[in-house]
Amino acid sequence: MAQIKLSNLRHSYSPNPSSDADYALKKIDLTWDNGGAYALLGPSGCGKSTLLNIISGLLVPSEGKILFDDQDVTELPPAKRNIAQVFQFPVIYDTMTVYDNLAFPLRNRGRDEDIVKRRVTSIAEMLEVTEMLSTRAANLSPDNKQKISMGRGLVREDVNVVMFDEPLTVIDPHLKWKLRSKLKELHQRVKATMIYVTHDQTEALTFADQVVVMQDGEVVQIGTPVELFERPAHTFVGHFIGSPGMNVLPCEVQGGGAFFGGEQVDLEGPATGVVDGSAEVGIRPEFVSVSQNGDGVEAHVRKVSDIGRHKVVEAIAHGSRVHAILDGEAPNAGDAVKLEFKQSQTRLYKDGWLASTQAEGV
Amino acid sequence: MKTQNQRAWIFVLPVLLLVAFNALIPMMTVVNYSVQETFGDNLFFWQGLDWFEQILRSDRFHAALGRQFFFTFMILIIEVPLGIAIALAMPKQGPWVPICLVTMALPMLIPWNVVGAMWNIFTLPDIGLLGYFLNHTLGISYDMTQDPVAAWVTIIIMDVWHWTSLVVLLAYAGLVSIPNAYYQAAEIDGASNLAIFRFIQLPKMKTVLTIAVLLRFMDSFNIYTEPFVLTGGGPGNSTTLLSIDLVKIALGQFDLGPAAAMSLIYFAITLFASWLFYTLMTMNDNKS
Amino acid sequence: MRAKSLVPALYILFLMLPIYWLVAMSFKTTNEILAGFSLFPQTWTLANYIEIFTDPTWYWGYINSIIYVTMNTVISVLVALPAAYAFSRYSFIGDKQLFFWLLTNRMAPAAVFALPFFQLYSAVGLFDTHIAVALAHCLFNVPLAVWILEGFMSGVPKELDETAYVDGYSFPRFFTTIFLPSIKAGVGVAAFFCFMFSWVELLLAKTLTAVAAKPIAAVMTRTASSAGYELGLLAAAGTLTIIPGAIVIYFVRNYIAKGFALGRV
Repeated sequence: MAQIKLSNLRHSYSPNPSSDADYALKKIDLTWDNGGAYALLGPSGCGKSTLLNIISGLLVPSEGKILFDDQDVTELPPAKRNIAQVFQFPVIYDTMTVYDNLAFPLRNRGRDEDIVKRRVTSIAEMLEVTEMLSTRAANLSPDNKQKISMGRGLVREDVNVVMFDEPLTVIDPHLKWKLRSKLKELHQRVKATMIYVTHDQTEALTFADQVVVMQDGEVVQIGTPVELFERPAHTFVGHFIGSPGMNVLPCEVQGGGAFFGGEQVDLEGPATGVVDGSAEVGIRPEFVSVSQNGDGVEAHVRKVSDIGRHKVVEAIAHGSRVHAILDGEAPNAGDAVKLEFKQSQTRLYKDGWLASTQAEGV
Repeated sequence: MKTQNQRAWIFVLPVLLLVAFNALIPMMTVVNYSVQETFGDNLFFWQGLDWFEQILRSDRFHAALGRQFFFTFMILIIEVPLGIAIALAMPKQGPWVPICLVTMALPMLIPWNVVGAMWNIFTLPDIGLLGYFLNHTLGISYDMTQDPVAAWVTIIIMDVWHWTSLVVLLAYAGLVSIPNAYYQAAEIDGASNLAIFRFIQLPKMKTVLTIAVLLRFMDSFNIYTEPFVLTGGGPGNSTTLLSIDLVKIALGQFDLGPAAAMSLIYFAITLFASWLFYTLMTMNDNKS
Repeated sequence: MRAKSLVPALYILFLMLPIYWLVAMSFKTTNEILAGFSLFPQTWTLANYIEIFTDPTWYWGYINSIIYVTMNTVISVLVALPAAYAFSRYSFIGDKQLFFWLLTNRMAPAAVFALPFFQLYSAVGLFDTHIAVALAHCLFNVPLAVWILEGFMSGVPKELDETAYVDGYSFPRFFTTIFLPSIKAGVGVAAFFCFMFSWVELLLAKTLTAVAAKPIAAVMTRTASSAGYELGLLAAAGTLTIIPGAIVIYFVRNYIAKGFALGRV
């Protein structure tokens, strides 16, 4: 087990990168604490798998270092790093039994058969695959195959980190949540550092204590699920997390105040370092409500969808689309309404990045 | 799931008619000959199973069959491992891949008698590249028209030259279809190169290797043109394989009855051995 | 990495040596060949090639070969297409047995069929015609084409067919405008293998022809035995038989490996 530190990491797949666009990873500085449950979240092609492969040693970064407990492992091959990785598609050794599959990483490292036996038995019990130990792995269902690949990662007692690269892709939806909670449970039992790569926000938010959001080869925000939800550091995080995502509305900043379609919007607190000009206001649909007293932004309701406990209202205000999630009563499509934004949750973004600070005492 | 549909027979009919015309009618002719004796003039006499008995007891047949089995055995034992080794060493991507594939496939596209003729020219003792090199540069006495061992070595090397690429291409096709994650997982699991071969590459190549072994078995067991052109079955009878002997009897001596009986025995052996190979190689799949 | 690429490099060298020798020989004069060993042609000559291109027996051999090989490829692929479709999409009584029976025809030694083929095609009056050879080669090419095409077709999801029928396509229109384009790689691979096996086969082609449709390969054997051993001429003719194969293989180079992998046993 170890603390993993990435310092000044850059990676390009082309041998002679000339511009920023040639880099799959643009300068990453990150520290993963020992025993943490992390999720690496981002859309396809954002560089998260590249980052994962650099940590596991399948890729050597173009620039920068990887430190495991302050020891430089940048040039070490995967087998020497004591890490485990579970891939998108279950990788199992078809010709071996489940037992031999689980024993494989230990036997390759020359462990005694009785240690192998003890570890395999205990991991099999944890994964609830004990009764399958003597069957051939090729005959298993995809979710059991994926369990076996996870088991191969966990079977070594001293792994520094276990990495999951979108491990639930090929699993049937009704089994996904089962495997996911199994993973969470495993994390609590083995206490190894785990990094879970996914583009699915539900998977990331339910699994991880800390979520790292990536976009275009850069880390956009690191935080707990609640922080990501409430105070997205970037409009991208706002869009990407939540359903529907955060409303991002164009605005003009004048003398410290934000004006959306000419109307002033009350922000959570003072804007920092924003000169007058165009910026964006960000507000989650959860914090938009229909005004009862006639105040608020004028809007025209276009569509109302009932998603069970809530209703999602889509309205147009000053030419921009605004979503609102409402409990109970909701207007009908075609209605003209006034929308209110909850002040403590209304943020200002400049060039995509968060530019307002919370007012004192909120 | 496939749909149950008996009208599918209509789709299959052209193939059925064409292959039946080519396979069943000649096969019936062969069966017909095999149980009759003829002295020309289209006069045939019922002979029963005498020809079969005679062939099965004949030393000449046993010798040819023995040579045939030896040839096929040598071919399989050399070409299959060699083909796998070359496929493993081939680049997986990059500009060399099409170059390798094209040059390797080239021998398979040369007419079979040209292959024989080419190797004849290549091995001529004094003016062939190989023959000259062996005799005059290395000082090894080599003349495959005189020496049975040299003749055998030459037809085996010729077949290795001609057909190893088939195994290479099949094994290569199997190899490139293995997802990268398998190699990455094995690397993380600390597997040695041998373990990667044994537990990942070999199992994933199994289907294509089954095809390769079957095709190489059938084609080497039925081989005729190349060794016939190269050695004519000689020196003496030393390289007279089963098919060469069969053509000698059928077209050379015009002994139709024995030739037909021999054909059927030959065909039966090929079928049985192919079935055996196929069953043995796919047996593990049906277990557990 | 270096040592590893040595293996295919040496193998390719081994493959190229006999071919080089054949080509080198074809540019030598008869005198030079008989005079003794020379690694490169000392005096380059095109005499052998000129003779081939001016003697109708020779060049008609090429034309004959190309005619029946093309006919065979077209026939094989055309009849194999519907059959492969049936095998990949439907189950019907006797389908597995039929598939296996088709494949067994590849196992029959060509030598077994030589004489009966001669009699059969003489009896139906097709002896010494191109179509006779083309049809005879269907014996082993049609099963192969069915096998390859079935593999490719099974890779196309069945939903494609169903969507097309829902959209109101008739079967022939669906098959030609939607299905065929989606398996065109498979058609290419199947055609390549039919071309290859028809081009290289000699025994049946020689048995079924005398003058009018005699293939180049058979012309060569006759020359080799009757007109003494004209090695240069033989080498030139041999060199020329390599060219069509080389051209065809160049066009399908990206599909070869795939074509092999998708076959089904």
